[in-house]
Amino acid sequence: MSAIDVGAALPRAKIEILPALTPLIVAAIAAPFIGSWSTFATLTLAGLAMGMMIFTMASGLTLAFGMMDVLNFGHGAFISLGAYVATLVFLPLAAWAQADSLMLNFAVFGLALIAAVVVTGAFGFVFERVLIVPVYGQHLKQILVTLGGSIVVEQLLYALFGPEQIPISPPASFNGSFVFGEAAIEKYRVVAMGVGLAVFVAQIVVLNRTRIGLLIRAGVENREMVEALGYRIDRLFVGVFMAGSALAGLGGVLWALYRGQVHASMGGELLVLVFIVIIIGGLGSVGGCFTGAILVALIANYAGFLAPKLALVSNILAMVVVLLWRPRGLYPVSGR
Amino acid sequence: MSESLTLQGVHTHIGRYHILQGVDFDAPGGHTTMLLGRNGAGKTTCLRTIMGLWKASRGAIRLGSAPIANLPASAVARSGVAYVPETMAVFSDLSVRENLLLAAREGPLDEARLQWIFGFFPALKKFWLSRAGSLSGGQKQMVSIARAIVEPHRLLLIDEPTKGLAPAIVSGLIDCLKEIKRGGVTILLVEQNFRVAREVGDFVRVMDNGRIVYAGAMAELAEDPQLQARLLGLSLDSHQ
Repeated sequence: MSAIDVGAALPRAKIEILPALTPLIVAAIAAPFIGSWSTFATLTLAGLAMGMMIFTMASGLTLAFGMMDVLNFGHGAFISLGAYVATLVFLPLAAWAQADSLMLNFAVFGLALIAAVVVTGAFGFVFERVLIVPVYGQHLKQILVTLGGSIVVEQLLYALFGPEQIPISPPASFNGSFVFGEAAIEKYRVVAMGVGLAVFVAQIVVLNRTRIGLLIRAGVENREMVEALGYRIDRLFVGVFMAGSALAGLGGVLWALYRGQVHASMGGELLVLVFIVIIIGGLGSVGGCFTGAILVALIANYAGFLAPKLALVSNILAMVVVLLWRPRGLYPVSGR
Repeated sequence: MSESLTLQGVHTHIGRYHILQGVDFDAPGGHTTMLLGRNGAGKTTCLRTIMGLWKASRGAIRLGSAPIANLPASAVARSGVAYVPETMAVFSDLSVRENLLLAAREGPLDEARLQWIFGFFPALKKFWLSRAGSLSGGQKQMVSIARAIVEPHRLLLIDEPTKGLAPAIVSGLIDCLKEIKRGGVTILLVEQNFRVAREVGDFVRVMDNGRIVYAGAMAELAEDPQLQARLLGLSLDSHQ
Protein backbone atom coordinates (compact mmCIF):
# COMPACT_ATOMS: atom_id res chain seq x y z
CA MET A 1 0.00 0.00 0.00
CA SER A 2 1.56 3.30 -1.02
CA ALA A 3 0.62 6.53 0.61
CA ILE A 4 -0.27 9.65 -1.29
CA ASP A 5 0.93 12.80 0.36
CA VAL A 6 0.32 15.99 -1.47
CA GLY A 7 0.04 18.03 1.66
CA ALA A 8 2.36 20.84 0.69
CA ALA A 9 0.03 22.90 -1.44
CA LEU A 10 -2.58 24.04 1.05
CA PRO A 11 -3.31 27.72 0.64
CA ARG A 12 -4.05 29.68 3.80
CA ALA A 13 -7.74 30.00 4.52
CA LYS A 14 -8.84 33.59 4.11
CA ILE A 15 -10.40 35.03 7.22
CA GLU A 16 -13.17 37.37 6.17
CA ILE A 17 -13.33 39.97 8.92
CA LEU A 18 -14.18 43.05 6.88
CA PRO A 19 -17.81 42.14 6.08
CA ALA A 20 -18.51 41.60 9.79
CA LEU A 21 -17.08 45.03 10.51
CA THR A 22 -19.42 46.87 8.12
CA PRO A 23 -21.93 47.83 10.85
CA LEU A 24 -19.05 49.28 12.88
CA ILE A 25 -17.76 51.16 9.85
CA VAL A 26 -21.24 52.58 9.16
CA ALA A 27 -21.54 53.63 12.82
CA ALA A 28 -18.12 55.28 12.72
CA ILE A 29 -19.04 57.20 9.56
CA ALA A 30 -22.43 58.29 10.97
CA ALA A 31 -21.15 59.36 14.41
CA PRO A 32 -19.55 62.72 13.41
CA PHE A 33 -22.63 63.70 11.38
CA ILE A 34 -24.99 62.94 14.26
CA GLY A 35 -22.85 65.05 16.57
CA SER A 36 -24.44 64.38 19.95
CA TRP A 37 -23.01 61.32 21.70
CA SER A 38 -26.28 60.55 23.51
CA THR A 39 -28.31 60.69 20.27
CA PHE A 40 -25.77 58.51 18.54
CA ALA A 41 -25.87 55.94 21.37
CA THR A 42 -29.68 55.94 21.43
CA LEU A 43 -29.90 55.51 17.66
CA THR A 44 -27.26 52.78 17.67
CA LEU A 45 -28.84 50.76 20.49
CA ALA A 46 -32.27 51.11 18.88
CA GLY A 47 -30.75 49.99 15.59
CA LEU A 48 -29.17 46.96 17.22
CA ALA A 49 -32.53 45.95 18.74
CA MET A 50 -34.30 46.44 15.42
CA GLY A 51 -31.55 44.48 13.66
CA MET A 52 -31.95 41.54 16.05
CA MET A 53 -35.70 41.44 15.39
CA ILE A 54 -35.18 41.55 11.62
CA PHE A 55 -32.52 38.85 11.92
CA THR A 56 -34.95 36.62 13.84
CA MET A 57 -37.50 36.96 11.04
CA ALA A 58 -34.99 36.65 8.19
CA SER A 59 -32.69 33.85 9.39
CA GLY A 60 -35.26 31.14 8.73
CA LEU A 61 -35.80 32.38 5.19
CA THR A 62 -32.10 32.46 4.37
CA LEU A 63 -31.63 28.87 5.54
CA ALA A 64 -34.72 27.67 3.69
CA PHE A 65 -33.64 29.46 0.53
CA GLY A 66 -30.02 28.41 0.85
CA MET A 67 -30.80 24.78 1.44
CA MET A 68 -34.06 24.15 -0.38
CA ASP A 69 -33.65 26.71 -3.17
CA VAL A 70 -37.20 27.79 -2.46
CA LEU A 71 -38.28 31.36 -3.07
CA ASN A 72 -40.83 31.64 -0.30
CA PHE A 73 -42.77 34.84 -0.85
CA GLY A 74 -45.19 33.58 1.79
CA HIS A 75 -42.65 34.07 4.59
CA GLY A 76 -44.44 37.28 5.62
CA ALA A 77 -47.60 35.27 6.39
CA PHE A 78 -45.74 33.48 9.19
CA ILE A 79 -44.66 36.81 10.65
CA SER A 80 -48.28 38.02 10.73
CA LEU A 81 -49.52 34.69 12.06
CA GLY A 82 -46.99 34.76 14.91
CA ALA A 83 -48.11 38.27 15.82
CA TYR A 84 -51.79 37.24 15.91
CA VAL A 85 -50.96 34.23 18.06
CA ALA A 86 -49.29 36.67 20.49
CA THR A 87 -52.50 38.70 20.71
CA LEU A 88 -54.42 35.49 21.48
CA VAL A 89 -52.07 34.92 24.42
CA PHE A 90 -51.86 38.53 25.57
CA LEU A 91 -55.60 39.32 25.50
CA PRO A 92 -56.82 36.67 27.96
CA LEU A 93 -53.70 37.10 30.08
CA ALA A 94 -53.84 40.91 30.13
CA ALA A 95 -53.89 40.88 33.94
CA TRP A 96 -50.58 38.99 34.00
CA ALA A 97 -49.10 41.27 31.37
CA GLN A 98 -49.97 44.39 33.34
CA ALA A 99 -49.27 42.92 36.81
CA ASP A 100 -46.53 44.44 38.90
CA SER A 101 -44.61 41.17 38.79
CA LEU A 102 -41.56 40.52 36.67
CA MET A 103 -42.23 36.78 36.82
CA LEU A 104 -45.82 37.05 35.54
CA ASN A 105 -44.73 39.52 32.88
CA PHE A 106 -42.04 37.16 31.63
CA ALA A 107 -44.47 34.24 31.85
CA VAL A 108 -46.97 35.84 29.49
CA PHE A 109 -44.17 36.98 27.17
CA GLY A 110 -42.64 33.50 27.19
CA LEU A 111 -46.01 31.86 26.57
CA ALA A 112 -46.64 34.15 23.62
CA LEU A 113 -43.24 33.28 22.12
CA ILE A 114 -43.74 29.54 22.66
CA ALA A 115 -47.29 29.58 21.27
CA ALA A 116 -46.16 31.54 18.20
CA VAL A 117 -43.26 29.15 17.59
CA VAL A 118 -45.47 26.06 17.90
CA VAL A 119 -48.33 27.39 15.75
CA THR A 120 -46.17 28.87 12.98
CA GLY A 121 -43.89 25.81 13.00
CA ALA A 122 -46.90 23.53 12.56
CA PHE A 123 -48.34 25.82 9.91
CA GLY A 124 -44.96 25.75 8.17
CA PHE A 125 -45.22 21.96 7.98
CA VAL A 126 -48.61 22.17 6.25
CA PHE A 127 -47.45 25.01 3.97
CA GLU A 128 -44.38 23.04 2.85
CA ARG A 129 -46.24 19.77 2.26
CA VAL A 130 -49.20 21.35 0.44
CA LEU A 131 -47.72 24.30 -1.45
CA ILE A 132 -43.95 23.89 -1.70
CA VAL A 133 -43.52 20.17 -2.44
CA PRO A 134 -45.28 20.31 -5.84
CA VAL A 135 -43.09 23.21 -7.02
CA TYR A 136 -39.59 22.21 -5.92
CA GLY A 137 -37.08 23.34 -8.54
CA GLN A 138 -39.55 25.68 -10.28
CA HIS A 139 -38.81 29.22 -9.17
CA LEU A 140 -41.55 31.00 -11.09
CA LYS A 141 -44.21 28.66 -9.75
CA GLN A 142 -42.74 28.98 -6.27
CA ILE A 143 -43.17 32.75 -6.39
CA LEU A 144 -46.75 32.47 -7.64
CA VAL A 145 -47.79 29.70 -5.27
CA THR A 146 -46.19 31.11 -2.11
CA LEU A 147 -47.43 34.63 -2.90
CA GLY A 148 -50.89 33.15 -3.41
CA GLY A 149 -50.57 31.25 -0.14
CA SER A 150 -49.62 34.41 1.74
CA ILE A 151 -52.63 36.27 0.27
CA VAL A 152 -54.92 33.46 1.42
CA VAL A 153 -53.42 33.54 4.93
CA GLU A 154 -53.66 37.34 5.06
CA GLN A 155 -57.33 37.28 4.01
CA LEU A 156 -58.08 34.51 6.50
CA LEU A 157 -56.54 36.61 9.25
CA TYR A 158 -58.70 39.57 8.17
CA ALA A 159 -61.77 37.32 8.16
CA LEU A 160 -61.01 35.87 11.59
CA PHE A 161 -59.77 38.98 13.41
CA GLY A 162 -61.30 41.82 11.42
CA PRO A 163 -59.63 44.51 9.35
CA GLU A 164 -58.79 46.81 12.27
CA GLN A 165 -55.33 47.01 13.75
CA ILE A 166 -55.21 45.21 17.09
CA PRO A 167 -53.27 47.14 19.74
CA ILE A 168 -50.81 45.13 21.80
CA SER A 169 -48.30 46.39 24.31
CA PRO A 170 -45.34 44.74 25.97
CA PRO A 171 -45.72 43.53 29.56
CA ALA A 172 -45.58 46.26 32.20
CA SER A 173 -42.01 45.52 33.30
CA PHE A 174 -40.78 46.06 29.72
CA ASN A 175 -42.13 49.63 29.61
CA GLY A 176 -39.89 52.59 30.33
CA SER A 177 -36.23 53.01 29.50
CA PHE A 178 -32.79 52.30 30.80
CA VAL A 179 -30.80 55.52 30.96
CA PHE A 180 -27.02 55.53 30.48
CA GLY A 181 -25.83 59.08 31.03
CA GLU A 182 -27.77 61.09 28.48
CA ALA A 183 -28.57 58.07 26.30
CA ALA A 184 -31.76 56.13 26.78
CA ILE A 185 -32.94 52.79 25.46
CA GLU A 186 -36.38 51.33 25.90
CA LYS A 187 -36.42 48.26 28.13
CA TYR A 188 -38.42 46.29 25.58
CA ARG A 189 -35.71 46.84 22.97
CA VAL A 190 -33.17 45.34 25.36
CA VAL A 191 -35.44 42.30 25.77
CA ALA A 192 -35.87 42.01 22.00
CA MET A 193 -32.11 42.33 21.60
CA GLY A 194 -31.63 39.53 24.12
CA VAL A 195 -34.09 37.23 22.33
CA GLY A 196 -32.50 37.98 18.95
CA LEU A 197 -29.02 37.34 20.32
CA ALA A 198 -30.18 34.07 21.91
CA VAL A 199 -31.65 32.98 18.56
CA PHE A 200 -28.37 33.82 16.81
CA VAL A 201 -26.22 31.97 19.37
CA ALA A 202 -28.57 28.97 19.29
CA GLN A 203 -28.37 28.81 15.51
CA ILE A 204 -24.59 29.08 15.52
CA VAL A 205 -24.32 26.32 18.15
CA VAL A 206 -26.76 24.04 16.31
CA LEU A 207 -25.12 24.64 12.93
CA ASN A 208 -21.56 24.14 14.18
CA ARG A 209 -21.84 21.66 17.02
CA THR A 210 -24.50 19.17 16.04
CA ARG A 211 -24.90 16.56 13.31
CA ILE A 212 -28.18 18.10 12.20
CA GLY A 213 -26.34 21.43 11.86
CA LEU A 214 -23.64 19.75 9.78
CA LEU A 215 -26.34 18.31 7.54
CA ILE A 216 -27.98 21.70 7.11
CA ARG A 217 -24.67 23.37 6.25
CA ALA A 218 -23.84 20.58 3.82
CA GLY A 219 -27.35 20.69 2.37
CA VAL A 220 -27.10 24.43 1.71
CA GLU A 221 -24.00 23.68 -0.36
CA ASN A 222 -24.93 20.46 -2.14
CA ARG A 223 -28.32 18.85 -1.47
CA GLU A 224 -27.71 16.03 -3.91
CA MET A 225 -24.52 14.85 -2.22
CA VAL A 226 -26.18 14.88 1.20
CA GLU A 227 -28.81 12.55 -0.23
CA ALA A 228 -26.13 10.39 -1.86
CA LEU A 229 -24.61 9.95 1.60
CA GLY A 230 -27.83 8.30 2.71
CA TYR A 231 -29.74 11.13 4.38
CA ARG A 232 -33.40 11.83 3.71
CA ILE A 233 -33.08 15.37 2.40
CA ASP A 234 -36.86 15.74 2.16
CA ARG A 235 -37.18 15.30 5.93
CA LEU A 236 -34.37 17.76 6.49
CA PHE A 237 -36.18 20.22 4.19
CA VAL A 238 -39.38 19.94 6.20
CA GLY A 239 -37.48 20.41 9.45
CA VAL A 240 -35.62 23.46 8.17
CA PHE A 241 -38.78 24.95 6.71
CA MET A 242 -40.65 24.43 9.98
CA ALA A 243 -37.80 25.99 11.95
CA GLY A 244 -37.70 28.93 9.52
CA SER A 245 -41.45 29.41 9.85
CA ALA A 246 -41.22 29.23 13.64
CA LEU A 247 -38.47 31.85 13.65
CA ALA A 248 -40.62 34.10 11.47
CA GLY A 249 -43.44 33.67 13.97
CA LEU A 250 -41.10 34.47 16.83
CA GLY A 251 -39.92 37.58 15.02
CA GLY A 252 -43.55 38.51 14.37
CA VAL A 253 -44.25 38.52 18.11
CA LEU A 254 -41.20 40.69 18.83
CA TRP A 255 -42.07 43.09 16.01
CA ALA A 256 -45.75 43.36 17.00
CA LEU A 257 -44.84 44.24 20.60
CA TYR A 258 -42.25 46.72 19.33
CA ARG A 259 -44.76 48.47 17.03
CA GLY A 260 -47.63 48.11 19.52
CA GLN A 261 -50.07 46.85 16.94
CA VAL A 262 -50.93 43.82 14.85
CA HIS A 263 -52.47 43.71 11.40
CA ALA A 264 -52.70 41.03 8.74
CA SER A 265 -50.49 42.76 6.19
CA MET A 266 -47.59 43.46 8.57
CA GLY A 267 -45.67 40.39 7.41
CA GLY A 268 -46.05 41.31 3.76
CA GLU A 269 -44.83 44.83 4.48
CA LEU A 270 -41.72 43.44 6.20
CA LEU A 271 -40.96 40.92 3.46
CA VAL A 272 -39.05 43.37 1.25
CA LEU A 273 -36.82 44.29 4.19
CA VAL A 274 -36.29 40.61 4.99
CA PHE A 275 -35.28 39.83 1.40
CA ILE A 276 -32.90 42.80 1.35
CA VAL A 277 -31.24 41.48 4.51
CA ILE A 278 -30.76 37.94 3.24
CA ILE A 279 -29.44 39.17 -0.11
CA ILE A 280 -26.99 41.53 1.61
CA GLY A 281 -25.91 38.74 3.97
CA GLY A 282 -25.42 36.13 1.24
CA LEU A 283 -28.17 33.59 0.58
CA GLY A 284 -27.96 30.67 2.98
CA SER A 285 -25.56 32.33 5.43
CA VAL A 286 -26.78 32.78 9.00
CA GLY A 287 -23.75 34.89 9.96
CA GLY A 288 -24.25 37.02 6.86
CA CYS A 289 -27.94 37.42 7.68
CA PHE A 290 -27.03 38.59 11.19
CA THR A 291 -24.52 41.14 9.90
CA GLY A 292 -26.90 42.25 7.15
CA ALA A 293 -29.78 42.75 9.58
CA ILE A 294 -27.69 44.88 11.94
CA LEU A 295 -26.29 46.85 9.00
CA VAL A 296 -29.70 47.55 7.48
CA ALA A 297 -31.24 48.53 10.82
CA LEU A 298 -28.38 50.89 11.72
CA ILE A 299 -28.47 52.54 8.31
CA ALA A 300 -32.25 52.96 8.54
CA ASN A 301 -31.95 54.57 11.98
CA TYR A 302 -29.07 56.89 11.10
CA ALA A 303 -30.67 57.87 7.79
CA GLY A 304 -34.01 58.48 9.53
CA PHE A 305 -32.30 60.95 11.82
CA LEU A 306 -29.90 62.61 9.39
CA ALA A 307 -31.97 62.66 6.20
CA PRO A 308 -35.53 61.45 6.79
CA LYS A 309 -36.36 61.51 3.07
CA LEU A 310 -33.39 59.27 2.35
CA ALA A 311 -34.54 56.76 4.97
CA LEU A 312 -37.17 55.43 2.56
CA VAL A 313 -34.55 54.24 0.10
CA SER A 314 -31.63 53.68 2.47
CA ASN A 315 -32.06 49.89 2.54
CA ILE A 316 -32.11 49.62 -1.25
CA LEU A 317 -29.05 51.87 -1.48
CA ALA A 318 -27.27 49.76 1.14
CA MET A 319 -28.04 46.63 -0.88
CA VAL A 320 -26.78 48.22 -4.09
CA VAL A 321 -23.52 49.30 -2.45
CA VAL A 322 -22.95 45.90 -0.82
CA LEU A 323 -23.67 44.01 -4.04
CA LEU A 324 -21.35 46.29 -6.03
CA TRP A 325 -18.64 45.45 -3.50
CA ARG A 326 -19.53 41.77 -3.01
CA PRO A 327 -21.95 40.54 -5.71
CA ARG A 328 -22.89 37.39 -3.77
CA GLY A 329 -23.43 39.15 -0.47
CA LEU A 330 -21.30 39.71 2.62
CA TYR A 331 -20.79 36.00 3.37
CA PRO A 332 -21.55 33.97 0.25
CA VAL A 333 -22.10 30.26 0.78
CA SER A 334 -19.98 27.96 -1.39
CA GLY A 335 -21.82 26.17 -4.15
CA ARG A 336 -24.67 28.67 -4.38
CA MET B 1 -19.92 -11.24 1.04
CA SER B 2 -19.29 -9.46 -2.26
CA GLU B 3 -22.33 -8.75 -4.36
CA SER B 4 -22.72 -8.16 -8.06
CA LEU B 5 -24.39 -5.20 -9.66
CA THR B 6 -26.70 -6.01 -12.58
CA LEU B 7 -28.36 -3.65 -15.03
CA GLN B 8 -31.01 -4.96 -17.43
CA GLY B 9 -32.50 -2.82 -20.19
CA VAL B 10 -32.01 0.44 -18.32
CA HIS B 11 -33.30 3.56 -20.04
CA THR B 12 -32.88 7.08 -18.68
CA HIS B 13 -34.42 10.27 -20.04
CA ILE B 14 -33.19 13.68 -18.97
CA GLY B 15 -35.75 16.19 -20.09
CA ARG B 16 -36.43 15.36 -23.72
CA TYR B 17 -33.09 13.62 -24.19
CA HIS B 18 -32.96 9.83 -24.24
CA ILE B 19 -29.53 9.23 -22.70
CA LEU B 20 -29.41 5.57 -21.64
CA GLN B 21 -31.01 3.45 -24.34
CA GLY B 22 -31.21 -0.01 -22.85
CA VAL B 23 -28.06 -0.58 -20.84
CA ASP B 24 -27.31 -4.21 -19.97
CA PHE B 25 -24.26 -5.24 -17.99
CA ASP B 26 -23.08 -6.69 -14.75
CA ALA B 27 -20.26 -5.76 -12.41
CA PRO B 28 -19.13 -8.99 -10.70
CA GLY B 29 -18.94 -8.92 -6.91
CA GLY B 30 -15.57 -8.18 -5.32
CA HIS B 31 -14.05 -7.03 -8.59
CA THR B 32 -13.36 -3.73 -10.29
CA THR B 33 -15.34 -3.15 -13.46
CA MET B 34 -14.28 -0.32 -15.71
CA LEU B 35 -16.92 1.66 -17.57
CA LEU B 36 -15.21 3.20 -20.59
CA GLY B 37 -16.39 5.26 -23.52
CA ARG B 38 -16.11 8.62 -25.16
CA ASN B 39 -17.44 11.84 -23.64
CA GLY B 40 -21.20 11.91 -23.80
CA ALA B 41 -21.52 8.13 -24.15
CA GLY B 42 -23.66 7.99 -21.01
CA LYS B 43 -21.17 6.77 -18.38
CA THR B 44 -21.91 9.45 -15.79
CA THR B 45 -25.64 9.14 -16.45
CA CYS B 46 -25.30 5.41 -15.89
CA LEU B 47 -23.63 5.94 -12.50
CA ARG B 48 -26.14 8.58 -11.47
CA THR B 49 -29.02 6.33 -12.49
CA ILE B 50 -27.63 3.48 -10.41
CA MET B 51 -27.21 5.90 -7.49
CA GLY B 52 -30.83 7.06 -7.82
CA LEU B 53 -29.88 10.64 -8.65
CA TRP B 54 -31.68 10.26 -11.98
CA LYS B 55 -34.70 8.07 -12.48
CA ALA B 56 -34.56 5.12 -14.84
CA SER B 57 -37.56 5.36 -17.11
CA ARG B 58 -37.36 1.60 -17.76
CA GLY B 59 -35.30 -1.43 -16.79
CA ALA B 60 -34.01 -3.18 -13.71
CA ILE B 61 -31.01 -2.50 -11.48
CA ARG B 62 -30.04 -5.05 -8.83
CA LEU B 63 -27.39 -5.14 -6.16
CA GLY B 64 -27.08 -8.83 -5.31
CA SER B 65 -30.71 -9.89 -5.47
CA ALA B 66 -32.14 -6.60 -4.19
CA PRO B 67 -33.76 -4.28 -6.75
CA ILE B 68 -32.49 -0.71 -6.36
CA ALA B 69 -33.82 0.93 -9.53
CA ASN B 70 -35.68 4.16 -8.87
CA LEU B 71 -35.14 4.10 -5.13
CA PRO B 72 -34.33 7.56 -3.78
CA ALA B 73 -30.58 8.20 -3.64
CA SER B 74 -30.68 8.10 0.16
CA ALA B 75 -32.19 4.59 0.08
CA VAL B 76 -29.63 3.43 -2.49
CA ALA B 77 -26.86 4.76 -0.23
CA ARG B 78 -28.37 3.02 2.79
CA SER B 79 -28.42 -0.24 0.85
CA GLY B 80 -24.63 -0.08 0.80
CA VAL B 81 -23.70 2.02 -2.21
CA ALA B 82 -21.16 4.86 -2.03
CA TYR B 83 -20.70 7.41 -4.78
CA VAL B 84 -17.70 9.54 -5.72
CA PRO B 85 -18.95 12.03 -8.34
CA GLU B 86 -16.84 13.46 -11.12
CA THR B 87 -17.07 16.89 -9.46
CA MET B 88 -15.87 15.36 -6.15
CA ALA B 89 -18.67 17.32 -4.42
CA VAL B 90 -16.79 17.85 -1.18
CA PHE B 91 -18.57 20.23 1.15
CA SER B 92 -16.27 23.25 0.82
CA ASP B 93 -17.50 25.10 3.89
CA LEU B 94 -17.03 22.05 6.11
CA SER B 95 -13.70 20.84 7.45
CA VAL B 96 -12.15 17.57 6.28
CA ARG B 97 -13.22 16.04 9.61
CA GLU B 98 -16.80 17.26 9.18
CA ASN B 99 -16.94 15.88 5.62
CA LEU B 100 -15.99 12.44 6.90
CA LEU B 101 -18.19 12.74 9.98
CA LEU B 102 -21.23 13.25 7.76
CA ALA B 103 -20.33 10.20 5.71
CA ALA B 104 -20.13 8.06 8.87
CA ARG B 105 -23.89 7.70 9.05
CA GLU B 106 -23.91 4.92 11.59
CA GLY B 107 -22.25 6.91 14.34
CA PRO B 108 -18.84 8.22 15.37
CA LEU B 109 -15.83 7.75 13.15
CA ASP B 110 -14.14 4.36 13.54
CA GLU B 111 -10.60 5.14 14.69
CA ALA B 112 -9.03 2.01 13.15
CA ARG B 113 -10.69 2.64 9.79
CA LEU B 114 -9.62 6.26 9.94
CA GLN B 115 -6.00 5.20 10.44
CA TRP B 116 -6.40 2.84 7.47
CA ILE B 117 -7.58 5.80 5.37
CA PHE B 118 -4.77 8.02 6.65
CA GLY B 119 -2.40 5.28 5.46
CA PHE B 120 -3.49 6.05 1.90
CA PHE B 121 -3.96 9.76 2.32
CA PRO B 122 -1.64 11.24 4.99
CA ALA B 123 -2.55 14.72 3.74
CA LEU B 124 -6.04 14.26 5.20
CA LYS B 125 -4.58 13.81 8.68
CA LYS B 126 -2.47 16.91 8.21
CA PHE B 127 -5.43 19.02 7.12
CA TRP B 128 -8.00 17.32 9.33
CA LEU B 129 -9.45 20.57 10.63
CA SER B 130 -8.94 22.68 7.50
CA ARG B 131 -11.84 23.82 5.35
CA ALA B 132 -12.23 21.36 2.50
CA GLY B 133 -12.73 24.30 0.15
CA SER B 134 -9.17 25.45 0.78
CA LEU B 135 -7.63 22.17 -0.38
CA SER B 136 -6.05 21.53 -3.77
CA GLY B 137 -7.84 19.44 -6.42
CA GLY B 138 -5.90 16.28 -5.51
CA GLN B 139 -6.60 16.73 -1.81
CA LYS B 140 -10.30 17.24 -2.51
CA GLN B 141 -10.33 14.01 -4.48
CA MET B 142 -8.82 12.27 -1.44
CA VAL B 143 -11.59 13.69 0.76
CA SER B 144 -14.18 12.54 -1.74
CA ILE B 145 -12.79 8.99 -1.87
CA ALA B 146 -12.17 8.87 1.90
CA ARG B 147 -15.80 9.89 2.41
CA ALA B 148 -16.89 6.94 0.30
CA ILE B 149 -14.81 4.41 2.25
CA VAL B 150 -15.08 5.79 5.78
CA GLU B 151 -17.75 3.16 6.35
CA PRO B 152 -17.80 -0.30 4.75
CA HIS B 153 -19.93 -0.44 1.59
CA ARG B 154 -20.98 -3.18 -0.79
CA LEU B 155 -20.60 -1.16 -3.97
CA LEU B 156 -18.44 1.85 -4.85
CA LEU B 157 -19.39 4.01 -7.83
CA ILE B 158 -16.47 6.23 -8.79
CA ASP B 159 -16.60 8.74 -11.62
CA GLU B 160 -13.27 9.74 -13.18
CA PRO B 161 -11.20 9.96 -10.01
CA THR B 162 -7.95 10.73 -11.83
CA LYS B 163 -9.27 13.60 -13.93
CA GLY B 164 -6.89 16.56 -13.76
CA LEU B 165 -4.61 14.94 -11.16
CA ALA B 166 -0.82 14.86 -11.21
CA PRO B 167 0.75 11.48 -12.19
CA ALA B 168 2.17 10.94 -8.68
CA ILE B 169 -1.26 11.25 -7.16
CA VAL B 170 -2.77 9.00 -9.83
CA SER B 171 -0.31 6.20 -8.94
CA GLY B 172 -1.28 6.47 -5.30
CA LEU B 173 -4.95 6.38 -6.17
CA ILE B 174 -4.43 3.22 -8.20
CA ASP B 175 -2.89 1.51 -5.15
CA CYS B 176 -5.72 2.77 -2.99
CA LEU B 177 -8.38 1.37 -5.33
CA LYS B 178 -6.60 -2.00 -5.46
CA GLU B 179 -6.52 -2.11 -1.66
CA ILE B 180 -10.23 -1.27 -1.41
CA LYS B 181 -11.02 -4.06 -3.85
CA ARG B 182 -9.02 -6.52 -1.75
CA GLY B 183 -11.52 -5.80 1.02
CA GLY B 184 -14.20 -7.49 -1.12
CA VAL B 185 -15.93 -4.32 -2.29
CA THR B 186 -17.50 -4.30 -5.75
CA ILE B 187 -16.24 -1.28 -7.69
CA LEU B 188 -17.70 0.31 -10.81
CA LEU B 189 -15.24 2.85 -12.08
CA VAL B 190 -15.66 5.35 -14.91
CA GLU B 191 -12.27 6.28 -16.28
CA GLN B 192 -10.94 8.01 -19.38
CA ASN B 193 -7.31 7.17 -18.65
CA PHE B 194 -6.67 3.79 -20.25
CA ARG B 195 -3.46 3.22 -18.26
CA VAL B 196 -5.41 3.51 -15.04
CA ALA B 197 -8.18 1.32 -16.41
CA ARG B 198 -5.69 -1.36 -17.38
CA GLU B 199 -4.00 -1.35 -13.99
CA VAL B 200 -7.11 -1.32 -11.84
CA GLY B 201 -9.80 -3.06 -13.85
CA ASP B 202 -10.72 -6.74 -13.77
CA PHE B 203 -13.56 -6.35 -16.24
CA VAL B 204 -14.44 -3.71 -18.79
CA ARG B 205 -17.70 -2.45 -20.25
CA VAL B 206 -17.55 0.04 -23.09
CA MET B 207 -20.42 2.41 -23.69
CA ASP B 208 -21.38 4.29 -26.78
CA ASN B 209 -24.53 6.27 -27.50
CA GLY B 210 -26.21 5.13 -24.33
CA ARG B 211 -25.60 1.40 -24.84
CA ILE B 212 -23.00 -1.16 -23.87
CA VAL B 213 -21.05 -2.02 -27.01
CA TYR B 214 -18.42 -4.28 -25.46
CA ALA B 215 -18.20 -6.39 -22.31
CA GLY B 216 -15.27 -8.58 -21.38
CA ALA B 217 -12.21 -9.06 -19.21
CA MET B 218 -9.86 -6.10 -18.88
CA ALA B 219 -6.83 -8.30 -19.55
CA GLU B 220 -8.39 -9.37 -22.84
CA LEU B 221 -8.83 -5.77 -23.97
CA ALA B 222 -5.42 -4.73 -22.64
CA GLU B 223 -3.66 -7.46 -24.62
CA ASP B 224 -5.52 -6.89 -27.86
CA PRO B 225 -4.42 -3.67 -29.58
CA GLN B 226 -6.77 -4.37 -32.47
CA LEU B 227 -9.72 -4.63 -30.13
CA GLN B 228 -8.62 -1.43 -28.42
CA ALA B 229 -8.30 0.29 -31.76
CA ARG B 230 -11.68 -0.99 -32.87
CA LEU B 231 -13.38 0.19 -29.69
CA LEU B 232 -11.54 3.45 -29.54
CA GLY B 233 -12.01 3.91 -33.25
CA LEU B 234 -15.71 3.24 -32.90
CA SER B 235 -15.91 5.85 -30.21
CA LEU B 236 -13.82 8.29 -32.12
CA ASP B 237 -15.88 7.90 -35.26
CA SER B 238 -19.07 8.42 -33.35
CA HIS B 239 -17.59 11.45 -31.68
CA GLN B 240 -16.79 12.97 -35.02
